[in-house]
Amino acid sequence: MLRINCPVCGTRDETEFTYGGDATVVRPAMDETRAQLWLDYVFNRDNPRGPHTEYWHHVQGCRQWLVMERNTLTHEVGECHLAKEAC
Amino acid sequence: MRYSGFRVIKEALTGHKGWGPAWRDAAPKPHYDFVIIGGGGHGLATAHYLAKVYGKANIAVVEKGWIGGGNVGRNTTIIRSNYLLDGNEPFYEHSMKLWEGLEQDLNYNAMVSQRGIMNLIHTDAQRDAFRRRGNAMILNGADAELLSAADVKREAPFLNFDNARFPIKGALVQRRGGSVRHDAVAWGYARAADSRGVDIIQNCEVTGFRIEQGKVLGVETSRGYIGAGKIGCAVAGSSGRVMAMAGMRLPIESHVLQAFVSEGLKPVLPGVITFGAGHFYVSQSDKGGLVFGGDLDGYNSYAQRGNLPVVEDVCEGGMALMPMIGRVRLLRMWGGVMDMSMDGSPIIDQTPVDGLYFNGGWCYGGFKATPASGYAFAHLLATDKPHDTAKAYRLDRFRTGRMIDERGAGPQPNLH
Repeated sequence: MLRINCPVCGTRDETEFTYGGDATVVRPAMDETRAQLWLDYVFNRDNPRGPHTEYWHHVQGCRQWLVMERNTLTHEVGECHLAKEAC
Repeated sequence: MRYSGFRVIKEALTGHKGWGPAWRDAAPKPHYDFVIIGGGGHGLATAHYLAKVYGKANIAVVEKGWIGGGNVGRNTTIIRSNYLLDGNEPFYEHSMKLWEGLEQDLNYNAMVSQRGIMNLIHTDAQRDAFRRRGNAMILNGADAELLSAADVKREAPFLNFDNARFPIKGALVQRRGGSVRHDAVAWGYARAADSRGVDIIQNCEVTGFRIEQGKVLGVETSRGYIGAGKIGCAVAGSSGRVMAMAGMRLPIESHVLQAFVSEGLKPVLPGVITFGAGHFYVSQSDKGGLVFGGDLDGYNSYAQRGNLPVVEDVCEGGMALMPMIGRVRLLRMWGGVMDMSMDGSPIIDQTPVDGLYFNGGWCYGGFKATPASGYAFAHLLATDKPHDTAKAYRLDRFRTGRMIDERGAGPQPNLH
């Protein structure tokens, strides 16, 4: 069981959350017309084996989107903060 | 050495002194015409068909651990060709036909058992969808049968027919589906490829590519540099890591999928059964253990082990479907790392690097695809053209909008 340290609710089980994927991809500006940038944003991933920055949604709790560091090889959970504070 | 009944008798009478190793422990040569990265099912099948069907020689398979130690040894051994979409169904039906002739082709007992796969139907909408899928299968030359609830009750009376929430309303059945002894697939392909001169080089991890002016010249490995005319990469689970060494980002995330096997039981299941309301699928191995699995854990992982919430979810699905397994003890559980692609379908294609070819993104359907994947990849390596059955599996389909999204889940790898 992953235990996620929600900055609002405290440490909770992973079952209260849904996974939102890689948080390092950045959405291009809406007037961006270069297809490659949109392709990279929507489809292509670094898919690292090790530290990974990712979105989690505390859907059964405070309903906030979080950004968390987690190691994809060891499942070790690191720092977690609100997504709206990240950018 | 050919295996046969006669040979077994002869060896039995002479103290079993004549059995040799099934394949050589090859050391790497400085250069090969074809180097296949990854000694799993797909890589070994590629080498076999490259040598046998396409008549190529001077081939090596390099494997970082031991052959068959990756996902070909960590799956739930199910074979089927029950897909809906045009890009998929002919490919998987080709695979099914290759499974049917596999043991004769390889002269190896892979225990291919066509005991049938039954996908249960629980709602009227699901029946419509399965009827459509069955028709797509039949149109592509596969077999499909729609069963009524009474038919299902006759064939699998142990299922929970009193479930008010998820009543069993019928099933889509593919009688030619079934299961195969997974390890024997790796060993059989390895032995067959070796007998045609393919070098199988174990404990040889690729650590980099030598690329000059857009053309790949060879691979750096833990056992030294190996030059190559063409390099095929078939390392599903680690595709992102290996292709990153060639400077590529892929439309793939690695996720963990768990599988489980129970203690051995007397025969209780006639074939493969899948629960259509939760995510639970089960078959019984020839040793008697129930082999079952369910959903991905749902987050990026290379850990080869999963977490308890999915164990609970899978077991709940099992109990909802067949309460008789409630007292059965779990013997083993494990996790495999899946190449989850952005549309849930695989990729067999050339890459932007000249001479480098990619096979991956198998999600959790790689095992059943092993023969056709090897065949199509060998075709691509030998001819530089995609095989007829794998024309849709292009790397650039995400750019051109030709995704093959069987599940209709969009670019969400954890939902496919």
